[in-house]
Amino acid sequence: MTSVFFDHNSTTALKTEVLEAMLPFMVNQQGNASSRHSFGRAARTAIEHAREQVATAVNAQPSQVLFTASGTESNNFAVQGICSNLEKGQILTSAVEHPCVSRPALAMQVRGWQARSINVDANCNVDMNDLQALLAMPTNLVSVMLANNETGAIQKIPAIGELARQHKAYMHTDAVQALGKINVDFAALNVHAMTISSHKIGGPLGAGALVLDKRVDIQPLLYGGGQERGLRSGTENIPAIVGFGAACELAIKNLATFAHHTLHLREVLEAGLAKLNATIFGSESKRIPNTSFFAFPNIEGETLVTALDKKGFAVASGSACSSDSSEPSHVLLAMGVDEDLARGAVRVSFGANNTMEQVQHFLAVLESELVRLRNLTAIAA
Amino acid sequence: MERKPIYLDYSATTPVDPRVAEKMIPYLTEHFGNPASRSHTYGWTAEKAVENARDEVAKLVGADSREIVWTSGATESNNLAIKGAAHFYAASKGKHLITIATEHKAVIDVVRELERQGFEATFIEPEPDGLVDLAKFNAAIRPDTVLASVMLVNNEIGVIQDIESIGKICRENNVIFHVDAAQATGKVKIDLETLPVDLMSFSAHKTYGPKGIGALYVRRKPRIRIEAQMHGGGHERGMRSGTLPTHQIVGMGEAFRIAREEMELENARIRKLRDRLLAGLQTIEETYVNGDLARRVPHNLNISFNYVEGESLIMAVKDIAVSSGSACTSASLEPSYVLRALGRSDELAHSSIRFSLGRFTTEADVDYTIELMKSKIGKLRELSPLWEMFKDGIDISKVQWAAH
Repeated sequence: MTSVFFDHNSTTALKTEVLEAMLPFMVNQQGNASSRHSFGRAARTAIEHAREQVATAVNAQPSQVLFTASGTESNNFAVQGICSNLEKGQILTSAVEHPCVSRPALAMQVRGWQARSINVDANCNVDMNDLQALLAMPTNLVSVMLANNETGAIQKIPAIGELARQHKAYMHTDAVQALGKINVDFAALNVHAMTISSHKIGGPLGAGALVLDKRVDIQPLLYGGGQERGLRSGTENIPAIVGFGAACELAIKNLATFAHHTLHLREVLEAGLAKLNATIFGSESKRIPNTSFFAFPNIEGETLVTALDKKGFAVASGSACSSDSSEPSHVLLAMGVDEDLARGAVRVSFGANNTMEQVQHFLAVLESELVRLRNLTAIAA
Repeated sequence: MERKPIYLDYSATTPVDPRVAEKMIPYLTEHFGNPASRSHTYGWTAEKAVENARDEVAKLVGADSREIVWTSGATESNNLAIKGAAHFYAASKGKHLITIATEHKAVIDVVRELERQGFEATFIEPEPDGLVDLAKFNAAIRPDTVLASVMLVNNEIGVIQDIESIGKICRENNVIFHVDAAQATGKVKIDLETLPVDLMSFSAHKTYGPKGIGALYVRRKPRIRIEAQMHGGGHERGMRSGTLPTHQIVGMGEAFRIAREEMELENARIRKLRDRLLAGLQTIEETYVNGDLARRVPHNLNISFNYVEGESLIMAVKDIAVSSGSACTSASLEPSYVLRALGRSDELAHSSIRFSLGRFTTEADVDYTIELMKSKIGKLRELSPLWEMFKDGIDISKVQWAAH
């Protein structure tokens, strides 16, 4: 059984305090938040409290927070919903976006919009000149993630947002991987819409939000009972929303400690990786503190993560969401990384509970596994 | 301490069965992996739990587990089914849709949105008993009809539509058939192996499972195609992207397993309670049951109390938690569009109450409710000039009211 979890960018364990906040709504208190009896009103109160917690965590107004079922839904909602109400133009997404931003843009292309990709440099940062050039054409929306899920690179969102505004385009950012790891300030980011998700910050799966400037006329993705001001229908997932609110509050409270702790772990990890001659991707960029993405020449990422799993370390070989693809990471290819090296990519993403001891043990295991795998390769060759 | 009201609103949402909650919690804590993570045990454990739950959901409705797509709830399932199939087949079949005027908003509003996109829709009015006339349905079909959507069990009045016959008509006319079964699971036997249904929506939180999870059945033979509405990591065979909420899926699987094993006994018990409630309430004068009583789930009783004002009725019965219209829209003061479609007057629609019984309803709850209703209705009518006129033998519908 795996014992050390180094894959916190894929999902996180639920925090105890969050579970405690959720439990009353999972087992005792029942009610549909749209019902007018006392059960329904209790549910409504809980949702509005969570909305305030989420808003406070990202320096937004509670009325700007729309609850959804996930980050994927929020990103689809933003891309499809904002563009659908505009005269057909361009949708610009960075080349390193999560597929739940780039694929809705491609789906809009089928409906008559143009989806174009913004280049990034070797450090995973958006090429501002390329963006400037693309914006010469009428653009509905620019969507660039705040922090990349694989490399952890942080984009210069306020500047990108400024450029988008100058060209009368709306600006959306996927802040799923940034929340709880760096300061996320909706007002200061200079964006019209921002996606966040619960399960990446110690909250439950099943809740996300789109933080939206109310001046944006967005088309719903889901029609029905008219929940969330008519913009997102569906009976509210009360326990998950309550958990999301509690997780947001905790994440902000613990932000400084988290950042300090995981950065320290990463420094030690990357010093060790350097000794093993690893290539660390995006290391020249500003990154979220918990993430390290690296590769060793001639070692398959999949093989290495499977070997590490057997030794008790859960790490990722790329984006967990891109299910069973054996393709090299699209993020690395966009950064101009050689395809063979990209196939070797391994991602370590720390959480608050990881320890220095685990990192040191990991480095030792990694070293011996590398020797073993290289010997196997030598025999095979 | 204030007494908690008696919960008789199981059609709005059900409490999570304690057995379901117990199954869910380990997947919130120790087994917290992302089921899409392919590189470690955390992910595999989560994936296995997701697939077990998929089997349970499939088993309850006689489907193959490969025909079950997870969603965030019945609203999303309905959106995905109707928009997804209408868009996929519009070019080959046409742009006409058929649905029923008494569908849930999550169907009606999707159809309305498709109308804005250039589709045409026929909203069939049901008969006064709430059921769809098959001849009327047949007559609504056009050569360009691409999809029909009819709910199995109505959320407000609990009537059960003849899905099998409607489905046959759809098959004969090559029309894709979607059924919203959110209110049906655990109450009505569903066998998709024999039912001529192409797409079916399910919800967990109406069947003692958690909120935030649902499923869409998508038939494999003959294969039905839908356009995804949410794009991303390509989960659920590309039909619905998004990280799967493992604990909620586990909860839905367990809830559906319990439903399969216990529905027969439970329905018999609930039917007795409902009949007791009905007998008790029928001792009150001027009460009208809304919707057919025989072709109806045993959990539901929807009654209009004549000569009582709707809002004051709801205020008066605070000791029981009930609905006066669908929960999803009951924040509005509009009379229920479902009851209006049955031909009920605004007054009778306004003064209706939906009692929905469930797993944890007791005989004592029912008896308390009967006594409460008798006393409150009596008091409200004492205050009502309309009731007085009625008792004096005046036909209120013939009264010429002065304008003011």
